Amino acid sequence: MHTLLMLLQEPAADAVKTALNSNALLGAGIGMGLALIGAGLGIGRIGGQAVEAIARQPEASADIRGAMILTAALIEGATLAALVFALLFKLIK
Amino acid sequence: MIQAPDIGKMILDHTSDSHLIELPFGVEIHLPGPWYIPGTHIDVSLTKHVVYMMFAAVLVFLTIWYAGRQVEKRHREGKGPRGFGAAVEAMVLFVRDDVAIANIGHGGEKFVPLIETLFFFILYCNLLGLLPWGATPTGNLAVTGGLALIAFLVIEIAGFRALGPKGYLKTIVMVPAGMTGVGAVAMAVIMTPVELIGKIVKPFALCLRLFANMTAGHFVILSLLGLIFLFANWFIAAGTVAFVLFMMCLELLVAFLQAYIFALLTSVFIGLMQHEH
Repeated sequence: MHTLLMLLQEPAADAVKTALNSNALLGAGIGMGLALIGAGLGIGRIGGQAVEAIARQPEASADIRGAMILTAALIEGATLAALVFALLFKLIK
Repeated sequence: MIQAPDIGKMILDHTSDSHLIELPFGVEIHLPGPWYIPGTHIDVSLTKHVVYMMFAAVLVFLTIWYAGRQVEKRHREGKGPRGFGAAVEAMVLFVRDDVAIANIGHGGEKFVPLIETLFFFILYCNLLGLLPWGATPTGNLAVTGGLALIAFLVIEIAGFRALGPKGYLKTIVMVPAGMTGVGAVAMAVIMTPVELIGKIVKPFALCLRLFANMTAGHFVILSLLGLIFLFANWFIAAGTVAFVLFMMCLELLVAFLQAYIFALLTSVFIGLMQHEH
């Protein structure tokens, strides 16, 4: 009886571990998707407003292009930080 | 029965550091094993990324020096530069004028060598990963952490020397202009932790941005190539190779862009600390 209980506890502990791992994967996946939505919205807005600004004032296009690239890289930095932490979820045992 | 390939293991083997350098024709160089600083687990031995960093540094020195000599030789003959020297001169002048001096303001000439070195070293490290049998040193969190540490030290120490102790303290205990009395004290109490955290977070973001951009690109390319092994089908292989070619062109653009962004943000942060008024 005692050994039977011990045998039953083994798969339970395993199941908990697998559930934790798959929950971590689920969290990482959802996190990555949400981060990507944020990045797409942000960089899309920057691109759209930069193009509008260039259309309104073509002689300032060099300045606007520089500012657009800088801001896009900053937003990309935040997104990739989210992706790196999602990767961390996958790698934690 | 064909065993399914372990793509995750392949990706991690290709992008992470190791003590083994693989070269064409089956040549393998085994680097000396881990040398730990006595009493800690910090490994200071030569690894693949360290060797590639040294290689990138030697390459930067040789190519830029050669280009400089070419430009100088044609300058002595009274003609404009041509060829490789002209390309390097265009990039060096771009980094000096539009990145360093434009963002640091007057007194920026002192920092031009640092910004130039950061730009070209990071660029060469990024590009080395795109060659066959190459590795990306900047795809290693320790390497980008070291570069961000250098940027952090230069920003803070140069700011301290330019503003003096009192001025430097004003950048931490920050009070917006024109507030006095209780409002000023309240703002100072709120803004001081924010400013302190900002000082740490900005170089940390530099480090993380460069690392994640480089590693993400390689992960995508290696995952797509792993698809070929997973499906073992000629049509899928053809389509995948075309897509991987496009992704590698994007990687080329990202290599240049990330080097430029690192240099640009470092000079912006230095400039912010130099002129607080």
